[in-house]
Amino acid sequence: MATVKTKKTTKSKKASQIPVRYRVIGTRPIRHDGVDKVTGRAQYGADVQLAGLLHGGILRSPHAHARIRSIDTGKAAALPGVKAVITSADIGPVTDRVVDLGEGATRLQHLRDNILASGKALYQGHAVAAVAATSPHIAQEALRLIEVDYEVLPPVLDLREAMEAGAPLLHEDLHTDDLGTKSMQPSNIAKHLRFEKGDLEKGFKKADQIFEREFLTSMVHQGYIEPHNATAFWNADGRLAIWCSTQGGFTVRQQAAAILDLPVSSIKVIPMEIGGGFGGKIHVYLEPVAALLSKKSGKPVKLVMDRAEVFEATGPTSGSHIQVKIGARKDGRIVAAQAQLAYEAGAFPGSLVVCGMMCIFAPYDLEHQRIDGYDVLVTKPKTAPYRAPGATNAAFASETVLDEIAEWAGIDPLEIRRLNGAKEGTRRADGLVYPRIGFLETLGAARKHPHASAPLEGPNRGRGVASGFWFNVGLKSSVTAAVNSDGTVSLTEGTPDIGGTRTSVAMQLAEVLGLAAADVKPQVVDTDSVGYNDVTGGSRVTFATGLAAIEAARDIERQMAERAARLWGVPASKVKAAGGVYRHATDSKKKITFKELAARLDETGGPVVGKASLDTSASAGGGFGTHIVDVEVDPETGKVQILRYTAVQDVGKAIHPSYVEGQLQGGVAQGAGWALNEEYFYDDQGRLANASFLDYRMPTALDLPMIDTVLVEVPNPGHPFGVRGVGEVPIVPPPAALANAIYRAAGVRLRQLPMNPGRVLEAILTRDGKPPSKA
Amino acid sequence: MPTVFIPAQLQSFTGGARKVEVKGKTLREVIEALDAAFPGLRDRLVEGDRLRPGLAVAIDSVICSAGLRQAVRKDSEVHFIPAISGG
Repeated sequence: MATVKTKKTTKSKKASQIPVRYRVIGTRPIRHDGVDKVTGRAQYGADVQLAGLLHGGILRSPHAHARIRSIDTGKAAALPGVKAVITSADIGPVTDRVVDLGEGATRLQHLRDNILASGKALYQGHAVAAVAATSPHIAQEALRLIEVDYEVLPPVLDLREAMEAGAPLLHEDLHTDDLGTKSMQPSNIAKHLRFEKGDLEKGFKKADQIFEREFLTSMVHQGYIEPHNATAFWNADGRLAIWCSTQGGFTVRQQAAAILDLPVSSIKVIPMEIGGGFGGKIHVYLEPVAALLSKKSGKPVKLVMDRAEVFEATGPTSGSHIQVKIGARKDGRIVAAQAQLAYEAGAFPGSLVVCGMMCIFAPYDLEHQRIDGYDVLVTKPKTAPYRAPGATNAAFASETVLDEIAEWAGIDPLEIRRLNGAKEGTRRADGLVYPRIGFLETLGAARKHPHASAPLEGPNRGRGVASGFWFNVGLKSSVTAAVNSDGTVSLTEGTPDIGGTRTSVAMQLAEVLGLAAADVKPQVVDTDSVGYNDVTGGSRVTFATGLAAIEAARDIERQMAERAARLWGVPASKVKAAGGVYRHATDSKKKITFKELAARLDETGGPVVGKASLDTSASAGGGFGTHIVDVEVDPETGKVQILRYTAVQDVGKAIHPSYVEGQLQGGVAQGAGWALNEEYFYDDQGRLANASFLDYRMPTALDLPMIDTVLVEVPNPGHPFGVRGVGEVPIVPPPAALANAIYRAAGVRLRQLPMNPGRVLEAILTRDGKPPSKA
Repeated sequence: MPTVFIPAQLQSFTGGARKVEVKGKTLREVIEALDAAFPGLRDRLVEGDRLRPGLAVAIDSVICSAGLRQAVRKDSEVHFIPAISGG
């Protein structure tokens, strides 16, 4: 790993009262949850055991698209050991409305229909009924006894066909919101959005060459190791407790409350340890079902998905069809850029096409742009976010066209990005103006990296580069922090720890208070035990919960200064705190450490608790990455071997560099899988043919080289330590970087993901206009 | 006066204008002024006393957290954008 530091801006210096020379920030302490995890003591959702626990199972539609004529649960309910059977009828009637889930809005009916189908099954794996029984085996036997009468309807699997007039409709009552106007006829296109800047036609007239290209990407899954799970107990007093694997206890609470028509205060969500999420554990699937089974049976009920259920019935991320048109001058300047992005929403509206629209040209300062986006329904699972949702598809398109332009103009791929690169003051297509950002710095660091100039030895090898952007978010976070008499601090958070945020947040609190990271004892608690928190997502926790921890630390520091003042019989204004030591402002003999003062809380007024609740949306600070990759392409098989990979990213300030490096490496690994192997493979009836890790080919350690990382530190002016979110950006450039590398290795431009051996080989064989061999 | 950037899906209200200038010292006042100039816009931006679900506002390129009470300067830029988070 290398780290490149840049000077703080004046603005960020003003924002910070904390010295730039840190004691804790930037170090690599042992993670607080490490021992529990490596010794198997950490408690995950599937580990939950309660007295009288029942085991649930879910009956899922074998059809991609079918009307449900009737469901007969009589035989299942009569099976000994079965304690409850439910269908969508058990959810109860509710008036449809738009529900605000804090980080987005959705129609309540769609939210409910996705957890238990009513009327129609809209994808293979769509939940139709559920049972709870005294053993998992009885539950599975009972599922086989449920009789469902389906009227099978034609599936809608191809995004472009779904958009055509006359395509089979998933929802007969869905009309396109076409730039604010509702379409007359129902359609599978839920929404058409547009961002526009400048005068596109005027821009294209200035072009020496216009490049128009078309791209396809497949639906892919986040591939987290831990399957979805939920245990629920609906108490006799009406209170509901839910233990689950989630990226946000509070969003589970909000969604469950909306679906079950309960006040949020009657639901307590206990987020267990989480074995990966990447955006896929924000929607609820099992939680309301387990709750209804518990309500009906009077017992706690646990539901755990198997891997096939995870693939078939939880949210993958959108496949897409993207058209890009870019006009360039001979000197490499981009004069106009247009894109049309159509993203699969799955069975219900709500793809994150808008994020793709926001990101597709975001690294560049372009005067004339128009970006159209379409949210399109297909008979596949409702899509969910996946690490920089929408941005990877978009960058695959824009960054490969840019590579083509660089070649046409005879300009180095890094140089053409610098030439057109966005910087502070650049206005994006969505209208917002960048504050201090570090895109150009990533290009500079990439150029200086030995990888950029290392010779490529051997045949069939090529090097590609690509860049990517993610805007990052702030949103709401709350923490409390209690000072213990031994000088440690118990830190209570409500954002589930997916990527090491217990430690990265604790380090920020420790830095302010002058403590060691190990002196802070972080824990993630249930929704009754801490103030409101938005989800762990959008690369926001180290930034936003970190800000809350800083505020809580300042609250503690202020109170501790008052305690020192009491000891010395002086006003609090006479006490100055720095580096964990409280000093009398004028009497140098009077000083006391944080730990010494903590031991004397009882004689100075009792416990000290700091707290903070913040809405930090204002200043999250976007992030940029530039990646370099070398590949070797086997011309006989089409297999692509990654030889070397370097990820350069503007990370703001790396709180715990090991975690940041891990985020970059993880993002690259997932991006490489998306690029080269992964795809949802459906047969013509809409049945998923590869719903296992054996057939859904994610990369393993054997597929990847060591991924080198370069942390460029351009501080975010919106955070005292300069933190930017880092988890999403690194998945954005890999498919484009790999496509560009494949081009240089094999002379073929791949415009469809995944670039698996079959596709690469076909491109090679047709490279000179020859059709592929039929042999 | 503050400049309001009109999203494409609302430009039918403004006769295709992508940005307009209206008076207002708070977001609420800006939206009321918008509605006075382009009747019907308020209902597309506000539900009850809050921004519509799924909608966010950026004042001078900074996402606001104060809702309709957000202060707006004379030379401010106001953008209405989708409320999104990430993965």
